[in-house]
Amino acid sequence: MLKRTSYDAVVVGAGVVGAACAYYAAKAGLRVAVVDRGPVAGGTTGAGEGNLLVSDKEPGPELDLALLSTTLWRDLAAEFGDRVEYEPKGGLVVATAPAGLDALHGFAAGQLAAGVDAVAVAADDLRELEPHLADGLPGGVLYPQDAQVQPALAAAHLLRASGADRYLGEAVTALRRGPGGAITGVVTERRELAAPAVVNAAGTWGGAVAELAGVRLPVLPRRGFVLVTEPLPRIVRRKVYAADYVADVASGSADLQSSAVVEGTPAGPVLIGASRERVGFDRTLSPEVLHRLAAQAAALFPVLRTVAVQRAYRGFRPYLPDHLPAIGRDARVPGLYQACGHEGAGIGLAPATGLLIARQLVGEKPEFDLSPFRPERFDEEE
Amino acid sequence: MATSRSEAGPIRYDLAVIGAGPAGLAAADAAAALGLRVALLDAGARLGGQYYRHPAPELGAARPEKLHHGWRTFDRLRERLAAAPLVDHLPEHHVWAAERGEHWTLHATRGPERADRATVTARGLLLATGAYERQLPFPGWTLPGVVTAGGAQAMLKSGLVLPGRRIVVAGSGPLLLAVASSLAAAGARVPAIVEATGYLGYGRGLPVLAGNPAKLAEGAEHAARLLRHGVRLRRRAAVVEAHGTDRITAVTVARLDARWKPVPGSGRRIACDALAIGHGLVPQIDLAVELGAATVTTADGTAALRVDAQQRTSVPGLWAAGETCGVGGADLALAEGVLAAHSVAGKPAPARELTVRRRRRGFAALMAAAHAPGPDWTGWVTDDTDVCRCEEVPARAVREAVTELGAADARTVKLLTRAGMGWCQGRMCGPAVACLSGGPLGGPDSRPLSCPVPLAQLAEPDEPFVQ
Amino acid sequence: MDPLDLVGAEPGPARTILFDGRPVPALPGQTLAAALWADGVLAWRTTRTGGRPRGAFCGIGQCFDCLATVNGRPNQRLCLLPAEHGDAVTTQEGHGHGDLAV
Ligand SMILES: Cc1cc2nc3c(=O)[nH]c(=O)nc-3n(C[C@H](O)[C@H](O)[C@H](O)COP(=O)(O)OP(=O)(O)OC[C@H]3O[C@@H](n4cnc5c(N)ncnc54)[C@H](O)[C@@H]3O)c2cc1C
Ligand SMILES: Cc1cc2nc3c(=O)[nH]c(=O)nc-3n(C[C@H](O)[C@H](O)[C@H](O)COP(=O)(O)OP(=O)(O)OC[C@H]3O[C@@H](n4cnc5c(N)ncnc54)[C@H](O)[C@@H]3O)c2cc1C
Ligand code: FES
Repeated sequence: MLKRTSYDAVVVGAGVVGAACAYYAAKAGLRVAVVDRGPVAGGTTGAGEGNLLVSDKEPGPELDLALLSTTLWRDLAAEFGDRVEYEPKGGLVVATAPAGLDALHGFAAGQLAAGVDAVAVAADDLRELEPHLADGLPGGVLYPQDAQVQPALAAAHLLRASGADRYLGEAVTALRRGPGGAITGVVTERRELAAPAVVNAAGTWGGAVAELAGVRLPVLPRRGFVLVTEPLPRIVRRKVYAADYVADVASGSADLQSSAVVEGTPAGPVLIGASRERVGFDRTLSPEVLHRLAAQAAALFPVLRTVAVQRAYRGFRPYLPDHLPAIGRDARVPGLYQACGHEGAGIGLAPATGLLIARQLVGEKPEFDLSPFRPERFDEEE
Repeated sequence: MATSRSEAGPIRYDLAVIGAGPAGLAAADAAAALGLRVALLDAGARLGGQYYRHPAPELGAARPEKLHHGWRTFDRLRERLAAAPLVDHLPEHHVWAAERGEHWTLHATRGPERADRATVTARGLLLATGAYERQLPFPGWTLPGVVTAGGAQAMLKSGLVLPGRRIVVAGSGPLLLAVASSLAAAGARVPAIVEATGYLGYGRGLPVLAGNPAKLAEGAEHAARLLRHGVRLRRRAAVVEAHGTDRITAVTVARLDARWKPVPGSGRRIACDALAIGHGLVPQIDLAVELGAATVTTADGTAALRVDAQQRTSVPGLWAAGETCGVGGADLALAEGVLAAHSVAGKPAPARELTVRRRRRGFAALMAAAHAPGPDWTGWVTDDTDVCRCEEVPARAVREAVTELGAADARTVKLLTRAGMGWCQGRMCGPAVACLSGGPLGGPDSRPLSCPVPLAQLAEPDEPFVQ
Repeated sequence: MDPLDLVGAEPGPARTILFDGRPVPALPGQTLAAALWADGVLAWRTTRTGGRPRGAFCGIGQCFDCLATVNGRPNQRLCLLPAEHGDAVTTQEGHGHGDLAV
């Protein structure tokens, strides 16, 4: 016999986005359940880095969302303290060639106008910020708003603080619809949960959940590898990366892009991240990718040549063709809310996503323009 | 995208064998006899693996066989391999990844320097990487003087040293008897062997061993030696605490019920200056798991590679032999190595090895079932016990991750507590964390790099934008 | 009886290694861990968080508990490294990279 319980909203997915949706929805007074086929943070959230970035975003809707999230993360950090390893440490983007520096300054000027804090750093001052940086770098830009959390801890603590009922280890297999097509609940492998609202926070698998409601959401995986060094003292103070990274993030190419993003962690290891490839869900370890990440990291921080890489991991970013997530009420199915497709920024964008979804769930109009994130926008193209 | 940066040019070997223990040695020997060009890689400096671990020649051991059974088999294999023109032994090559393409490219590290990297190409690959010991934590297990049972054996066999003079041997599994027997023969006093299961006690286990005469002889020999040295076997008991401040001075041994729960009030203190402990072995299969090879769960709850009658894994071109296919001891490893070599060469399997494999696999399954940890062993893990040695994660944190934060498997516990994220990558705490998480047991661990790799070696050869 | 007697070992003359500056004999062919065990030393590092003493545990290169600084290079597994004459082993504190901190 299937057990039946009813909620105001059921969130599908216990990644950081689902956890944030549950957190803000519960705060808004809703009775919430979170369902995941795996454990908390078992999807891309457990395979990502925890950068909360404004520095890599060009002016536009995603940057606005990131700026909102930056403030929200600060509030959350005050609530959760050290438990989520929040570090408001700032990011340093360095140019690797004089031409790159001009481009970087141009990029930063646009961001400044959009409300980002950005400070130009002259070549001679780089070492003061990051004593182990390589010789001969032409300069960079410091972004004080960039911060960091440990993603799995963030998701777990958000979820716990939400007080939502957790149904972990059971997949959602169907969505129930009423006579008018409106959502009435979800069916899992073990039970049925009744609810007038379902939030699709299934990340990279969001397309499949949308399909359960009969709508298209073209979420694709974009693979990334991260290298983890042995535990070290603080040798990298901020999050440091080469200016080429911004171009990689925005690239629509399926080919491998990588640029070294180097950061220390409170736990000791240095993380070297963020290759980007579209190769489906191919989990095969690529020594070539590891090589590139290591070489680029060593070029930024030669001291890393004296340490060992202890581990590598990979994840699949949830990717939508226009590089923007799908956030908000899905106009095609009453009661369906989309909150997925955050690509390489889901940790950073989770609080803003959760807050805005919660506003819609309680019937308020968010003060933020969600139209660029409309879930149905990919149907309109055709 | 180029997926490989190995040397261009012809593929060097027909077969690469990773691991020069009994399985790998037998395979390399048989493959060369069948005309294959073989690379035999091992992380260690000398041939032999765990079973045939032996002192460096400079130690001038006149009678190394005193610490070994089957020494003659090893001697013969070693001599044949030294004389085989088709086999290249590549010592101190720790393979950190096997890359599959039109052929195999093995990436190995040879030491800490930037230049200590190597790649080896081959048409076929045999994984004979053996096993490591399973540990179940208890209060005090991080004290100096507490060593693994196999570790005590390995240090004795290779370095001719003991961790102390009065050594309690504890845990579960047949290795304990071999270890206690060696330690006693080498002059240590062994006040007790503490075995968690109620099995055999060598006299009573005779029927189990009857189908395996060589095992029988080995067991009988250990038993005789242990008797001679007055070593007591305490069954259905476990070391539930090691005492001491900067090194071990005593252990508390408690009786266990059928589910391995310590019986309250049954604790007895035994003074000692070392403890050798282990709960069976875990197949070392990271390289194959990373390639997506299918695994099976053995009767004692560990993951082993699934192989067919020809020792082929589910990954084309990848064979496995020895402990990687489930822990079964040296004779089985030897037989499987030979069988794998025949399959690689496309030759029919020799009958003798087929028989050995059938008998020994059956025996191994019996042993595994007999020594599987009981479900309530976690009863002796106090909240303050560090479960993860590397990251010093106490059981309390693991339990909280489960009860408070929604973790239900080892991976999530790792993400939330760092248990298993340290230098050993969960080899020492993995089985324990899996139990404490309440998640499924016997699934394979994921270790994309099978050992730490110096970053300078990964970064070689080209480094972009270095002015 | 001791292990050397058991196998009839006749090693060449011992080498000398330095453990925290103190000379310790090492038989040719022994690892640094074996030489220290033979000298009664069981711990040669302290942990990162708790500052607890550790030494060899698994004996076969798997557990990384036997890390120490050898000739200035941190995080070397003493159970694998052959003892060479004059090797300087120093008790390693934590991650062993304190000199790199900024
Ligand atoms: C290598 C790498 C580095 C990254 N670095 C960063 C970074 O520095 N900063 C940043 O902000 N982002 C980063 N990201 C991206 C970030 O990890 C993701 O955007 C984010 O984790 C997405 O979170 P999510 O909650 O949407 O998805 P997920 O965490 O994947 O959660 C979705 C959940 O839905 C569940 N699910 C799916 N289908 C079903 C179903 N039918 N029934 C029940 N449950 C289901 C899954 O099990 C999963 O747990 C990185 C990603 C990668 C791969
Ligand atoms: C510490 C220990 C001590 C043991 N002592 C005994 C004993 O005294 N008596 C007994 O009967 N059984 C003992 N065993 C059991 C042992 O597993 C088997 O009896 C036998 O050695 C298994 O043979 P094998 O060829 O499968 O693997 P092994 O003998 O374990 O050989 C595997 C080899 O692979 C190498 N290797 C592993 N990974 C890599 C890699 N990535 N790259 C390169 N090389 C690699 C290892 O260095 C090792 O030499 C012991 C096991 C362990 C773990
Ligand atoms: S003792 Fe375990 S790695 Fe050296």
